[in-house]
Amino acid sequence: MYVAVKGGERAIAAAHRLLAEARRGDPEVPELTLAQIAEQLTLAVDRVMTEGSVYDRDLAARAIKQARGDLIEAIFLLRAYRTTLPRFAVSLPIDTGDACLERRISATFKDLPGGQLLGPTFDYTHRLIEFGHSTESAGVVPSLPNAPEPAESFPRVSGLLGEEGLIEPNPAGEAEPGDLTRAPLEFPADRALRLQNLARGDEGFLLALGYSTQRGYARNHPFAGEIRIGEVEVEIVPPELGFPVVVGEITVSECEMVNQFKGSATAPPQFTRGYGLAFGACERKAMAMALVDRALRAEELGEDVTAPAQDQEFVLYHSDNVEASGFVQHLKLPHYVDFQAELNLIRRLRAAADTPQRDAAE
Amino acid sequence: MSAAVEQAAGGYNFAYLDEQTKRMIRRAILKAVAIPGYQVPFASREMPLPFGWGTGGIQVTASIIGPADTLKVIDQGADDTTNAVSIRQFFAKTAGVATTDRTSDATIVQTRHRIPETPLREDQIIVYQVPIPEPLRWLEPREAETRRMHALADYGPMYVRLYEDIAHFGRVTTAYDYPVMVNGRYLMRPSPIPKFDNPKMDMNPALQLFGAGREKRIYAVPPYTPVKSLDFTDHPFTVERWDKSCAICGADDSFLDEVITDDRGNRIFVCSDTDHCRSRSAAKAAE
Repeated sequence: MYVAVKGGERAIAAAHRLLAEARRGDPEVPELTLAQIAEQLTLAVDRVMTEGSVYDRDLAARAIKQARGDLIEAIFLLRAYRTTLPRFAVSLPIDTGDACLERRISATFKDLPGGQLLGPTFDYTHRLIEFGHSTESAGVVPSLPNAPEPAESFPRVSGLLGEEGLIEPNPAGEAEPGDLTRAPLEFPADRALRLQNLARGDEGFLLALGYSTQRGYARNHPFAGEIRIGEVEVEIVPPELGFPVVVGEITVSECEMVNQFKGSATAPPQFTRGYGLAFGACERKAMAMALVDRALRAEELGEDVTAPAQDQEFVLYHSDNVEASGFVQHLKLPHYVDFQAELNLIRRLRAAADTPQRDAAE
Repeated sequence: MSAAVEQAAGGYNFAYLDEQTKRMIRRAILKAVAIPGYQVPFASREMPLPFGWGTGGIQVTASIIGPADTLKVIDQGADDTTNAVSIRQFFAKTAGVATTDRTSDATIVQTRHRIPETPLREDQIIVYQVPIPEPLRWLEPREAETRRMHALADYGPMYVRLYEDIAHFGRVTTAYDYPVMVNGRYLMRPSPIPKFDNPKMDMNPALQLFGAGREKRIYAVPPYTPVKSLDFTDHPFTVERWDKSCAICGADDSFLDEVITDDRGNRIFVCSDTDHCRSRSAAKAAE
């Protein structure tokens, strides 16, 4: 007699043991330390912190290790931890104008007050695999020649344009912005909520959407007005004190896109803005985010909504890789009941098709 | 709450979620019960299980479960499906509650894709895991628009779709997740249960709660609420029947899974509801 397959419980336990083994790899090879990940895989850590929405390098390093280097899995681990944390304060807006910069470039002006500061970038490396050295050996880092003292101040490109009234002013700060993690997203979503969603959104998704705007699906003529990476202070105002207190410093990547705008019935021709911000050094993400932010402002700026990148529901509902990854992969779960119902249906439909004499609408 | 219960959570709150989150979810549930079939948006949390794997149902269960509850979790009607095992273990670990695979012993049944064959009672709650809560979604992808359609009870497009099925195929070709009208007002997706199970929702004595985590919606069918599967007078709603009976317990009135037994096209049919099948077999053995 047929006996239904049992033992889901034992199978799961065995799968967990195999996972632990696969995660460790060859025991002859020394185990990765969290410090190594935090110090040497910094961009992976930055991405996991950004999309995991928690600024904690050690925790992100731990998640990356636990996830066997699968960054979306690591982001998921961080999110599931984050959701258990209490929200005890809302910080003041960070001031990236006052950041301690490690990188600052503008593609709109050859030179500008404060100068261009390349910082640690892949941009001008030749992508040649470095056989035989720094990837394998301890890698002695050549010391820097005497660098000039960095400038005291880096006025914003958007500020310089703003003095002439050539770029739209930044919208006045709303009171406390909404919190996507505490209230469900509803449409239409205001810009603060959209930016929150994009900041947590999947880098690959935003990259592809941003790219699509460059290829003509909601083309918005962007210039990289300014890209900054630097350290800023985070301040909160504890109610019992009534004045701001610094609670920590975080590194952020910021991109301000400057976009052409022909003007409308109510607004003169001027440049408009797209904005991107991410934790750590996530420059690609910040740039893609700025392109998508600008595209999502279509309605507000009186432009036709014709392309996916301009469509709030399309972008904001599909940007989250924790949601997307879960739902795509849930197809692995058994569906045999639904499939059985479909099997029955299709057999009946075929039986009906085989006897064409019968009235179709029986 | 007793120290033992707090211990069971192993550093986390009872049933994982913090009390504020539970309160938020309970408010959504109360609203859902007050407006049967209406989808209440709620601030769904990331759970330690992936979206699409029952996070909505898990959040609902976590918000209503107490230390005295007995939990049953099924997937495809079976208690031993891997994801059902995983969710049951999650609550055994974080809430320390008793679990069971007997429908009649459970106070809460969390389910994916089935309603148990054993009729539910007034003192039971069934929690459905819902992937896509919006019944109009395949007709209209935009949430802003579907909410408007619900507000106006603008359900004509759904009837047109069913009519088109009948015109093309002579029957409605929706075999699962078959749309229902709740309390004569809201069109509702019953979650992907086979339409075989739809009649069980109607006037059910148990409270039926639906949680969609990724889509951040909760909805409910209170006890003894009319739930009608959409149909036409000349094409009444019918459920599927098998011309076989269960190879294990001999049931000819339960939902049967088809099991392929070899590579020569041989197959048998067995009950999808494992508890129903086992209790019938046990009763037969006792005779």
